[in-house]
Amino acid sequence: MAAVYMDNNATTKVDPAVLDEMLPYFSELYGNPSSMHTFGGQVGRKISEARERVAAAFGCTPGEVLFNACGTEGDNTAIRSALASQPEKRHLITTRVEHPAVLNVVKHLEKKGGYEATYLGVDVEGRLDLDELRDAIRPDTALVSVMFANNETGVVFPIQEVAEIAKERGVLVHTDAVQVLGKVPFDLKTLPVDFLAVSGHKVHAPKGVGALFVRKGTQFRPFMMGGHQEHGRRAGTENTTGIIGLGKACEIAMGNIGHENSVVRAMRDRLEKGLLAAVPDARVNGTTESRLPNTTNISFQYVEGEAILLMMDAFGICASSGSACTSGSLEPSHVLRALGVPFTYAHGSIRFSLSRFNTEADVDLVLNELPKIISRLREISPFKRTEGEAPACTC
Amino acid sequence: MWEYTDKVREHFINPKNVGEIADANAVGEVGSLACGDALKLFLKVDENDRIVDAKFQTFGCASAIASSSALTEMIKGKTVDEALAVSNQDIAEFLGGLPKEKMHCSVMGKEALEAAVANLRGQPVAPHQEGEVVCECFGVTDETIRRAIAENNLSSVEEITDYTKAGGGCGKCLDKLADLLAEAKGQKKVLKPLEIVKPAGLTNLQRMKLVSKIIDEEISPSLQQDGGNIELVDVEGKRVLVQLRGACSSCKSSQLTLKQFVEKRLRDAVEPDLIVEEVR
Repeated sequence: MAAVYMDNNATTKVDPAVLDEMLPYFSELYGNPSSMHTFGGQVGRKISEARERVAAAFGCTPGEVLFNACGTEGDNTAIRSALASQPEKRHLITTRVEHPAVLNVVKHLEKKGGYEATYLGVDVEGRLDLDELRDAIRPDTALVSVMFANNETGVVFPIQEVAEIAKERGVLVHTDAVQVLGKVPFDLKTLPVDFLAVSGHKVHAPKGVGALFVRKGTQFRPFMMGGHQEHGRRAGTENTTGIIGLGKACEIAMGNIGHENSVVRAMRDRLEKGLLAAVPDARVNGTTESRLPNTTNISFQYVEGEAILLMMDAFGICASSGSACTSGSLEPSHVLRALGVPFTYAHGSIRFSLSRFNTEADVDLVLNELPKIISRLREISPFKRTEGEAPACTC
Repeated sequence: MWEYTDKVREHFINPKNVGEIADANAVGEVGSLACGDALKLFLKVDENDRIVDAKFQTFGCASAIASSSALTEMIKGKTVDEALAVSNQDIAEFLGGLPKEKMHCSVMGKEALEAAVANLRGQPVAPHQEGEVVCECFGVTDETIRRAIAENNLSSVEEITDYTKAGGGCGKCLDKLADLLAEAKGQKKVLKPLEIVKPAGLTNLQRMKLVSKIIDEEISPSLQQDGGNIELVDVEGKRVLVQLRGACSSCKSSQLTLKQFVEKRLRDAVEPDLIVEEVR
């Protein structure tokens, strides 16, 4: 049974064209790009080509691209660098719905580093309040770190306005753009952020490679120290094949933004509408107005997310859940709680995230099987709505 | 994804005894939608106190559904007293084991059974629901926690969370869980010495404040663990005047306590030439 994979916000399949580009650099072209001989030089030139490809996707210069291991490293590097370069400033601003790659480092800095953080809230549709951001900025604010798009709900934040508000007050801006590359167009020539982090495995490149944009002129403090790689800004022998893969993946992604926003978006919409029509007491989490084209997060009342996932798994359908039981945590997703999604819905949330490798047949299978799964689990559940009755309390 | 046994998967995909018993004479209900899992257990008990039928309705994850299914299979045909002897460990073992983080699902089964029996016997509340709520997020009482520790020989706060969910939300009750664990194991709570930043050359006021802080926040709680206590009476220059209370006041070793513990600690934390004296 072939898997229907709709968990692309977690990770993506490596594009065959990306793999083809990488393969020679695992075998015959294995030189160290730092070596001063031809064998290393040809690899070094390929890395330069990858840097140019990533820069083209970002709309920046190649010198502003720093290769690293992942989005988490990019986020950590940006946040720590921004604080280290402004030791007199002790305050930073982020949101309550960030990825743990940002949230946990900020919490750590609050607890151990003597910093103070402001966590911006979101409304019931997952949207930021820009006035709250304006009010939060202080003279000692070192950094505003706001994600470009939320990984769980797909809600896209107005990062242009966020950055402009912060820059007017002379505050550095970082954005976790892991979910938007190849889905939402952006151009760093006009988007005034100082740091922007992406991850290879979210864009059909392999795991273990990422890139951080650092705007030219921004003071930088390295997170990794050692050799002179990446101009001394990120030491360690380069993940050569990963970098080459990321470069190719960026090139492909830029050519596919149109496809993501037409074909993939249409599949996502058909899936969402079909499920909402077939399953009573279901709701979409997050605004549908400004959202990644591939993501939908739907909650099904009276049932629990892990149970849904495991039953879907029996049909080869892979998605993810904001349910507590999936992760071993006991409380549902911090993102859904920040949106004020009632517990009665939050426990039964499922995130579908599609890619260009999904097909209409995949959507058909989910539409055919999931309503039956929900219905079966509701038969087991002690909570259900009887006919004519309003849905259970949503407070 | 969790590593579930084949038996857990079987009882989750094809749960046994799902539904209600219209003429049930015992119904036990535990958990809630807000907490993320809930179980409603229906029993039909005959005149010989034998469980002739058991059904369930569960809202929860695969472990919760499988544990409910297992419970009903295990208790059908048993007398009520025999059923009450089924422990949450028995439920987990019946399923070939559960991930440790999911043990609370087996505990939920045991609690639902007890709630149903309480209902059968006309008792208003199951024993585990008594006590003071320690975990506000999941409404877990100190009695439930003490019981889980004793019955499952729990040895860490993490295990308490795995078995009861207490401490799995905001985390504000983690210290209380540690206290309950220490109490259950007959251990004294380990009191960490306060970290004091002493200004150089103490003024009288600074000396009094520091002495008072160390006594109130460190020495007194420590003596309380042995049934005693201490009270600061006055600070005259380098003389610290105290009164011993409770068990300490009649203890033969009280002077040793004063010199070897109280005075030594105050000298370390405040000034090296302090003298502690007892006033009666």
